[in-house]
Amino acid sequence: MPLDPSGPGLAGPAWMLAVVFLPLAGALLCFLLPRLAAPVGLVAAALTAASTLALTLAVMADGTARTQLGGWAAPLGILWRADGLSVALLAMTAAVGVTVSLYATAYFRNDEHERTFFWPLWLLLWTALNALFVSADLFNLYVTLELLGFAAASLTALGGSAAALTGAIRYLLVSVLGSLSYLLGVALIYHGCGTVDLALVAACVPDAPRPAMQVAAGAMIAGLLLKTALFPFHFWLPPAHGSAPAPVSAVLSALVVKASFYLVLRLWVDVLGGGGRWVAELLGVLGAAAVLWGSVLALRQERLKLLIAYSTVAQVGYLFIAFPLAVAGGAVAWTGALYLALAHGLAKAAMFLSAGNLLRFGGHDRIAELDSAVHRLPLTLTAFALAGVSIMGLPPSGGFIGKWLLLEAAFEQERFGLVAVILLGGVLAAAYVFKVVGHAFTPAARERRIRAVPPGMEWSALLLAAAAIVLGLTLPLISPLLQLGPASAASAVTLAAGGGA
Amino acid sequence: MTQPVFWALVGMALVVLALYALIVHAHLLRKVLALNVMSSGVFLVFIGLARRTPGEDVPMAADPVPQAMVLTGIVVAVAATGLALALIVRLRVLTGRTTLGDDTGD
Repeated sequence: MPLDPSGPGLAGPAWMLAVVFLPLAGALLCFLLPRLAAPVGLVAAALTAASTLALTLAVMADGTARTQLGGWAAPLGILWRADGLSVALLAMTAAVGVTVSLYATAYFRNDEHERTFFWPLWLLLWTALNALFVSADLFNLYVTLELLGFAAASLTALGGSAAALTGAIRYLLVSVLGSLSYLLGVALIYHGCGTVDLALVAACVPDAPRPAMQVAAGAMIAGLLLKTALFPFHFWLPPAHGSAPAPVSAVLSALVVKASFYLVLRLWVDVLGGGGRWVAELLGVLGAAAVLWGSVLALRQERLKLLIAYSTVAQVGYLFIAFPLAVAGGAVAWTGALYLALAHGLAKAAMFLSAGNLLRFGGHDRIAELDSAVHRLPLTLTAFALAGVSIMGLPPSGGFIGKWLLLEAAFEQERFGLVAVILLGGVLAAAYVFKVVGHAFTPAARERRIRAVPPGMEWSALLLAAAAIVLGLTLPLISPLLQLGPASAASAVTLAAGGGA
Repeated sequence: MTQPVFWALVGMALVVLALYALIVHAHLLRKVLALNVMSSGVFLVFIGLARRTPGEDVPMAADPVPQAMVLTGIVVAVAATGLALALIVRLRVLTGRTTLGDDTGD
């Protein structure tokens, strides 16, 4: 790893505390001062983003940052750790978070009820995400997963309609089921290793009883796949993401899904030491199925927000195509998948914010009746199209780099089936993006009443879409953060039967 | 059969029963109850199997760490139940339904 893990990281620990406790304090203040929720929330968001930037710079300069909460040492105390992977996701969360916060001030301006509840819940969600990215023990990760699930389910219900409530209840049930499955794995690992600290568990796994560790790994990964909405566990995602208010959909699709993916990756690479080949192949097959099934369903949707939600199902699939490629030796596939995860976070948030603008503008999100939206909301449509460029994987976007790295690994290993799926997924993505853009250029049969969209909402969508494109140009800057694999995986022993290449 | 294995098997049986109930029952209250039974099962496995150092013959009661963790888990389960019940009551008030319906999409 290019980052020096032994470096002391003088400033890192302080910033690590800041990225978790600032949004938490902001959430509590917003809850206590509902009248001032928007300004307080915006300040908290800005401070959180600033400290995330400081933490990122500290980790890039000094290597992995560590801190022990309350000074208690590892086996009993709670250890926090921020390495390259953590800060990459923290930084993406901050970029999406601060923009969505700007958007939300305009979006909820005239709805006091939603505004009062959005801010504390959204800042709690941000707290849970940041805590998850810096946690370094299995049980603390469980707690952050649950916090994340509660905040996300409550935000889904924010609209208060029957559809929103149904989506939220299904989301909550799935989320709790996934967490319990994960906790069952933690219990078995504690039985085998007597600790939940990630580094200590990683050292113990090779010597622990194999059947117990295999069941533990299976339970944890299955629970997390359910939360990541990997095909065929995607059934809960479109209704939840499709019925929430636009800023909420944006953070659910861009960030919350990535958190459980991050955890799968963390467990796979750092704790279980690479996993077995057939497990990786299974994940790859599910990922490929998700890419095709999600894209086809996205193409068939008549409502814009559902189209974008199914596109998330497809894009999640790409992240898992990396597993068989990486296990067979192509560590570049991890970088590709992480790049795709970051690019998807920015682009998908931009898409949902654009959809929110169109919904506000026309009062509906039926694709066929978008009615020359391009003349009236040029910035919004530009944002949607630019985000679409990254989702399709066209240069020079971040999505292009991610897919390119995946394709490189797939070609090297002569996995032409995966190559075909990656390319076909891009073509299908182009089809559903152009379906929307096409209708936006065409006048609809009926004239509709329209409402003005505040410029802040248009600009924040555009900002995120531009960030997804610019991400493609910053590969040299970011790739040192995303080097996973050989360095950490080679040292540990493979887990499941028939493991290794 | 040793005592830890017995408790672990009872816990697993609860988890499996609860998973079955969660899938087959449409009424949301039953789903919430199923998740509660499932968390009890997971906690039982956690407590039943816990020991601090593998291989060492320590009595089960000697390890307080998993008990503290399960206590946290119980708090989380109570919070989840409360949130789920609040959402279900609201859904009932709005629609008269206590099931999810079939608006899943595909």
